[in-house]
Amino acid sequence: MAGVNLRIDGIEVEAPAGENLMQAAARAGIRVPGLCQLDGVSVVGACRLCMVEVAGTPRPRPACATPVVESMDVSTDTPRLREHRRVLLQMLLKEGQHVCSVCVASGHCELQALAAELGVDHVHFNPAPTRLVMDLSHPRFGYDPSRCILCTRCVRACAEVEGAFTWGVASRGRDTHLVADLGDPWGEATSCTSCGKCVSACPVGALFEKGTSVGEREVPRALVATLTARRQRESAREVLK
Amino acid sequence: MSNHEVDLFDIAHKEREEQSAFRRTVLCCGSTACLSGGAQAAMDAIQGVVTEKGMAQDVRVVATGCMGLCSRGPLVKVRTRGEEDVLYADVDAGTGRRIAEEHLGAGKPVEEAQLSLQHPFFARQVRVVLENMGEIDPNRIEDYIAHGGYRALRDAVTTMTPAGVVGVVQRSGLRGRGGGGYPAGSKWALLAKATSDQKSIIANGDEGDPGAYMDRTVMEDDPHRVLEGMAIAAFATGAVKGYIYVRAEYPVAVRRLEQAIRQAKRHKLLGKNIFGGEFSFDVEIRIGAGAFVCGEETALMASIMGQRGTPVLRPPYPTERGLWGHPSMINNVETLANVPTILRRGADWFADIGTETSRGTKVFALAGKLQNTGLIEVPMGITLREIIEEIGGGVPGGKTFKAAQTGGPSGGCIPVKHIDTPMDYDSLMALGSIMGSGGLIVMDDDVAMPEVARFFMRFCMDESCGKCLPCRAGTNEMHELLEALIGGRGTAATLVRLETLCDVVRTNSLCGLGQTAPNPVLSTLHYFRSEYEALLVPEGAHLAGLPGAHGAPGAPGAPGAAGASGQAAGERSA
Amino acid sequence: MSVLPTPGAGAPRPPRSPERPADDPRVALLTTQLKKVRYRADALIDVLHAVQDIYGYLSPDVLTTVADALELPPSRVQGVATFYHLFSFEPRGDHICTVCTGTACFVKGADALLEGVTDTFGVPKGGTKEDRSLSLLEARCIGSCGLAPAALVDGVIVAKATPERLVEALRTALATAPAAADAAEATDADGGAA
Repeated sequence: MAGVNLRIDGIEVEAPAGENLMQAAARAGIRVPGLCQLDGVSVVGACRLCMVEVAGTPRPRPACATPVVESMDVSTDTPRLREHRRVLLQMLLKEGQHVCSVCVASGHCELQALAAELGVDHVHFNPAPTRLVMDLSHPRFGYDPSRCILCTRCVRACAEVEGAFTWGVASRGRDTHLVADLGDPWGEATSCTSCGKCVSACPVGALFEKGTSVGEREVPRALVATLTARRQRESAREVLK
Repeated sequence: MSNHEVDLFDIAHKEREEQSAFRRTVLCCGSTACLSGGAQAAMDAIQGVVTEKGMAQDVRVVATGCMGLCSRGPLVKVRTRGEEDVLYADVDAGTGRRIAEEHLGAGKPVEEAQLSLQHPFFARQVRVVLENMGEIDPNRIEDYIAHGGYRALRDAVTTMTPAGVVGVVQRSGLRGRGGGGYPAGSKWALLAKATSDQKSIIANGDEGDPGAYMDRTVMEDDPHRVLEGMAIAAFATGAVKGYIYVRAEYPVAVRRLEQAIRQAKRHKLLGKNIFGGEFSFDVEIRIGAGAFVCGEETALMASIMGQRGTPVLRPPYPTERGLWGHPSMINNVETLANVPTILRRGADWFADIGTETSRGTKVFALAGKLQNTGLIEVPMGITLREIIEEIGGGVPGGKTFKAAQTGGPSGGCIPVKHIDTPMDYDSLMALGSIMGSGGLIVMDDDVAMPEVARFFMRFCMDESCGKCLPCRAGTNEMHELLEALIGGRGTAATLVRLETLCDVVRTNSLCGLGQTAPNPVLSTLHYFRSEYEALLVPEGAHLAGLPGAHGAPGAPGAPGAAGASGQAAGERSA
Repeated sequence: MSVLPTPGAGAPRPPRSPERPADDPRVALLTTQLKKVRYRADALIDVLHAVQDIYGYLSPDVLTTVADALELPPSRVQGVATFYHLFSFEPRGDHICTVCTGTACFVKGADALLEGVTDTFGVPKGGTKEDRSLSLLEARCIGSCGLAPAALVDGVIVAKATPERLVEALRTALATAPAAADAAEATDADGGAA
């Protein structure tokens, strides 16, 4: 099947039809930032950090959700895009309580890494008052909603890879938050299989293994991607049953 | 004619004969506003006298839909064979009795209660969508048929091709009346092109703009028009199923539509083999549950499917992948309500009304600081001045017109210096607003524009679905900044931050709610910047008088609070 | 003579009764609704409306029943139920005051109405009084913009309201028994028959 030829940041790229701009850019060694995209689960395009400019379109497009088109001319890192990403990151930081120095994910956090990369070390917005309480009811894991960036990677991993559908998104707007089952303490959510995929999917320190301390949250990041790829390969394979 | 078919002519003829047997008809507006003003009591009083005085054979009293001038309701119109219609306003039970005794009984209109139908409020209107309002009983399909109802559907199904019908809508120039202004004919053509045997038509009756009630009135007071428009759309595009998504806050509309569906089914105007041909079409009502965002097409579909009303990425567009994966088309109720008349009177007739790029008419819900408020339908291109001064009767109480808001939380204001702007899609966009669904709020000098911006931002913040970051956090932050400004805690930096956020939220939000949430701010900043600047306080003003603070910006040791009202000097900009 | 519908009238609110487990008639009512939608998962919102009408609010027990009946994960039911503003998770008061906060009403003084009610009766905005006598809700727009500012007291519109008149209307309502289910209902000319 013929590939699609396009230009990303001045570099000519050939990508298979159906790939999105984020994947195509990776072929050219360009990493488009994003926090809600995770290999192995579906695309939601919610964090809006991966927005890229496409010549001929008035608005920037989310790279994770825009399929490659022949002769597309894409810019992933213009000053304006970078400026907007900085503002968006500050908005994320303002929504929760992101104090790296006492966070279990410090040093292994995608939000922290991205903020450092983009030079965001100052939040010019009012911190949102937090009335959020940590949920430590589960025997193996903990959930800290004040660190949650609502990327919903855990929700998708739980639904699409494990099939337990324990995690859900409740309420709306600035009150949006995660719930386990009917808003039960995680430890009482009967649908949970304790598989830990949600923990591995979480880009920040919201979901963690109990017993880990500051900076100790090291999770198998590629777990979900590996499982999904394996399932697809194996189900496509002819196997005698 | 097979027994599958309904004889429209027969029904219309019978109904007209029955109605014309009465020498007088008393049309009483029974729409929500008049009802709240006591229309039931007025109507009861009239009917009471009619019965008492033995006039029941001669006088027909009927509750109709909205007559438009809601601020002067309850409205009653007396129609007498061979005479001019007489309109009465502010009719209470007492006036009702007088009308019945003096006008109906003795032939002498009650002059003090009369309102001239030549008044610009009525004379300037061109009623297409509202043509049946105030004329028919919304509870009776026979009345709708007697006024030409379902003829367009019959002609389409029995004498035209689906492509031909699409062509008519395209030629008419009809644009989406929900606010976007997307050419309806193009959308119909897209759905017609899709290959599927499960295509659906969705009527968007979510009308969430605060201050807009055009769609509610059409659904309540002329429900068959919506059904007929949907059926014509279905025939033209090959759809088999229709859904009307109605806000839960409109229970009367839901009941009237359900009743209309039952009546249409009974008359074989919905269901299988309509008018004896291949075309079959069923309609269902789906009720919302209190979410403005469900007016967005993909969120609406999610809601119909029983899910959270969170919009999803487009493409794929609904006409490619809609309800349950099948092609769907979403049209606003007012858009669909234009269709039967366009089919009946012709695309050219419709295109002749309005302007080059905005054809036809628009229904506006006129509200706010105006003498006359209510529902009007005017040709596109009419100036705002005409609406405010002639139709609206000007701003009362000796105040002056300051600005008119169109497009609700997605729109902007039109200040007095642009009062001569034509009301059409493109002119309004050029001024930084949008046509919107039709809410037109008039404001006088007592209204503070930053507070208007805050009002709409609070609305967007409360209605944000929460899925995408810029809208969820951005509307929240912008609201806080507006609160700070209005509360006397805003500095020049606050304003800069607000404008930055407007840009970020508008550019990066996933759906129209977030993308247009900054519009009221941007619009009021553009035209009324001085009002914002008058609210500003100097940097560091909030620190004045605090122990240990030097009070002056940039002073060493001044605490750099991470608040909207001030930052430590030397901050790097966001 | 046709009968005019009463504006703002929603579905009837059932009289409150003490909890009765096994022979709770509300269970039968809910089952009827579930059957009516043929237990389809995509009818979740309609079912939640029915639960709200029957029980007055959404409780975890009933939500679990709904999740089981529609074969939906509980987290999905919770997600949908909490998304839509019309659903309540606590019983409402015996009387409900809804102040319209649409644009026209805002311009004409909806805030003053809200303040009048909160100050006089001590009921929080969007909440219910401690003694469950009164709930104060805000509606985005009830579509009576020609009568702004507008409020509803037990489903009946108070048009062109002032804080004083609204408080008066509420005092009258509070002095009477909880609003009866049928008081605000009206029938269509058609009688609702198929």
